[in-house]
Amino acid sequence: MTDTFEKPPEDISMLQTLINHLVRDRLALIGIVLVVIITGSAILAPLIIPHDPNKLNVRHRLKGPSSEHFLGTDQLGRDVFSRVIMGTRVALKVALISISVAGSIGLLLGMLAGFGVKWLDNSLIIFFDTIRSFPTIMFALTVVTLTGPSLNTVILVVIITSIPVYGRIVRTQTQAIVNNDFIMAEEAMGAGKIRIILVHILPNVIGPLLIIASMDIPVVVTIEAGLSFLGLGVRPPTASWGTILNDGYSFIRNTPWLVIAGGAPLILTTLGFTFLGEALRDVFDPKLRREV
Amino acid sequence: MKHLLELENIKIRFRTKGVVKALIDRDKDPFIEAVCEASMSIGKGETFSLVGESGAGKTTLARSILGLVTPDEGRITFNGKDLLGLNQASFKPIKRDIAMMFQDPVGCLSPRLSVQSIVTEPFKIHNVPMADSRKEAQRLLELANLPVSFLKSYPYQLSGGQARRVGVARALALNPKLIIADEPTAGLDVSVQGEILNLMYRLQQEMGISFLVITHNLSVVRHTSDHMAIMYLGRFVETGPTDEIFKNPRHPYTKILLTSSPEPDPDAPKTRTVLQGEIPSLINRPKGCEFHTRCPLAQDRCQLEVPSLRKIGEDHYISCLLEK
Amino acid sequence: MVLCVKDLSVNFKTPRGLLKALRNINFDIDAQQIVGLVGESGCGKSTVINSILNLLAYNAIIEKGSIDLQGDNILEMSPQQIRATRGQRVSVIFQDPMTSLNPVLSIGRQMMDIQYRDKMSTTDKKNRIIRMLGRVGIADAENRLKSYPHHFSGGMRQRIAIAMAMMMKPALLIADEPTTALDATLQIQIIDLLKALQKEIQCSILFVSHDLGLVADFCDQVIVMYAGEIVESGTVRDIFHRASHPYTKRLLECDPARIKEKTRILPTIPGEIPDLVALGKDCIFVDRCPIKQNNCPLTLPPLEELAPGHFVKCHLSRVRRDG
Repeated sequence: MTDTFEKPPEDISMLQTLINHLVRDRLALIGIVLVVIITGSAILAPLIIPHDPNKLNVRHRLKGPSSEHFLGTDQLGRDVFSRVIMGTRVALKVALISISVAGSIGLLLGMLAGFGVKWLDNSLIIFFDTIRSFPTIMFALTVVTLTGPSLNTVILVVIITSIPVYGRIVRTQTQAIVNNDFIMAEEAMGAGKIRIILVHILPNVIGPLLIIASMDIPVVVTIEAGLSFLGLGVRPPTASWGTILNDGYSFIRNTPWLVIAGGAPLILTTLGFTFLGEALRDVFDPKLRREV
Repeated sequence: MKHLLELENIKIRFRTKGVVKALIDRDKDPFIEAVCEASMSIGKGETFSLVGESGAGKTTLARSILGLVTPDEGRITFNGKDLLGLNQASFKPIKRDIAMMFQDPVGCLSPRLSVQSIVTEPFKIHNVPMADSRKEAQRLLELANLPVSFLKSYPYQLSGGQARRVGVARALALNPKLIIADEPTAGLDVSVQGEILNLMYRLQQEMGISFLVITHNLSVVRHTSDHMAIMYLGRFVETGPTDEIFKNPRHPYTKILLTSSPEPDPDAPKTRTVLQGEIPSLINRPKGCEFHTRCPLAQDRCQLEVPSLRKIGEDHYISCLLEK
Repeated sequence: MVLCVKDLSVNFKTPRGLLKALRNINFDIDAQQIVGLVGESGCGKSTVINSILNLLAYNAIIEKGSIDLQGDNILEMSPQQIRATRGQRVSVIFQDPMTSLNPVLSIGRQMMDIQYRDKMSTTDKKNRIIRMLGRVGIADAENRLKSYPHHFSGGMRQRIAIAMAMMMKPALLIADEPTTALDATLQIQIIDLLKALQKEIQCSILFVSHDLGLVADFCDQVIVMYAGEIVESGTVRDIFHRASHPYTKRLLECDPARIKEKTRILPTIPGEIPDLVALGKDCIFVDRCPIKQNNCPLTLPPLEELAPGHFVKCHLSRVRRDG
């Protein structure tokens, strides 16, 4: 309705829109702050931690929070704060590696399925559905039994179970885009299939994929914590939020701070990345931006 | 006269069900005919209009010229070259000479590209070297009467008229010989509509471009085209010089179509015939003359015989059994 | 009087500032009158409709004014009152009938639902639906109640949308470009249907269209809008035969259907619609006006009555009339 002014619209950059948006949207701001704190502490973990996270000190076991130990100590006398910070590294490492690998593979397969020939689409969909039909935990248990628990196992499990999720999303997006006039316009101009995929489909599917991927980070973090809690993830003594939770679980009546110390970062990560993802969606979805 | 583009007896069929389903249903003819026996020719620097209601097959016919739809029968000759039977690689150079403007002005522009990238896209597709892509884009926007400041805009920031002009600029990029314009004025305000049509006419004068215009807006056809064809259910019912058809329409459908848009004058005499019913579906194509179900003059033989296009004047053809 | 819009001004909050979409809109619709609303995109037609239907976007601010529907101000109604108004006293048909039809409910069910306020028996309601569908030209209506919207063609869907809009005998029907998406031969059918139903139900119609031919054919009164203001209004003959505002004249000139002689160069209106965020103090059409004079005052021209019922907003109208 207001789009007919013959003046070119002001050139508002994405960054500026993001900033404008953040000023208005408090939740997004909280999200950004949380994400910065979480990633910051993961990167700078060795500099932040006051104690060696794996150093035993049996005399100081299960101590409450103090100025020496911000979050107290666990049953082996290790500094819980240091372990939580080191756990951030593990959590983000698993999340980032597995989501970026799964995202890239899913993106490629999804675009091929959505744009490619029918038989490729059909076989990819069967492939996706086969993987998806295994419950994640059962699948993880199987893999762990075969290979033994390790961080790499967790990453592998998450990658394999996430590819179909991203693949399907990208495929649906691609199919919606392929039916647009602008793809036919490209074909009419003589553009080849590879050019159409790279120049015209990719930029349109990558945005939504990034948003979903960023919202998936807390999901993967939770999966990693869950597997580690069950003893299927990182091996002791490496700190992970899941193992901290597991350690604290046995002493929940007397020393609740252990469970809180393991659980709070999980909650904050979930909130932070979800708020951020929602803010990104609002900013990068051109349909929403078009509204005045 | 040597024609730039010639279409002979084009027939385009679409499958309505898959091979397996057709076998199970014992359907021997799982096809609909979107276009049948369409013949036309466009000379250099000429404008030809395809007119008809939705489902008449205008767009399908136009798309077949660019190989976006493959005709089942017929012949398409462009610039002396037979286009049917060309493979993708040998078709590509043809696409430098034929540009297409799509109906949806914004939707046919790649949404994540800037206007500069969009209008220089043909260069990149055909590996035509550009000294400076910005300068080239600037030249094209100027041709299309659009301020240079739009180079950095994105499609969603453009109004219909602006996007339409970007579409014109892109079509002009490689100096095409023919531009196929699908509803070039759809969704535009009357004042903007004039601007686009004048722009197209100016380019035609300056560069000798031929236009194939698909439209349902008859008042636009009257002012802008040299020849026209009226389509109904995939068939040409009347074709000839525009002036002649407007002066002396012969097919009953043409006659009704020409009077169906009321004149913008409250006191104009109301001479129109209201056509009853709607266009039949292609799946249930009427037997005999396709128009007999709605034709005010239909007789018994119209249900049986299929009329073919016959000459009734200089370059003027109709397909009607009754009209002498 | 069915509808009386008084001094309506509507603004939109935008990142660039306040966009003044409507400014001092005044018009009346009398009983059984068909009023055409004409103007190009961005002129505020849809904002007028949305104001009447109380469907303005979240960032809209009604600066002032009132919209009286049969004496009740729509802008001051409670949500319950608004719901009781829509569909019963004022109803609407859109360009795309699928806007008003629910794709997953059968049309019989949908038409039953809109009668929920009536205390009639189900059989009576059903008969009313069948009568109404038959009236708008749906053959074999009784057996088609279970059909879904996608079973019908575009023209038939628009007929069903009209049946739904007219079934409750509203006092005012808003027809927002009801024929734009239809083919020429169907447009006329729909217009003829609207004419016949309007006579039967004796409602008023606000007909929004950019097709001047249809407006000339169908309407009694015409309102011409430009950039959020009414620049001219009057009877259909005032507008089409005695247009006074330079914008109206230009708009009429641009319609290729009015140009009798074949021409390759079509008239246009050079220039741009003013930016509604940064409006000047003077006449809104001044930048594009072909007849503007140096002595045009730098103020908004007042709405002047040239002849009974024929209003125009141009500094020069008086000059031309007097001398």
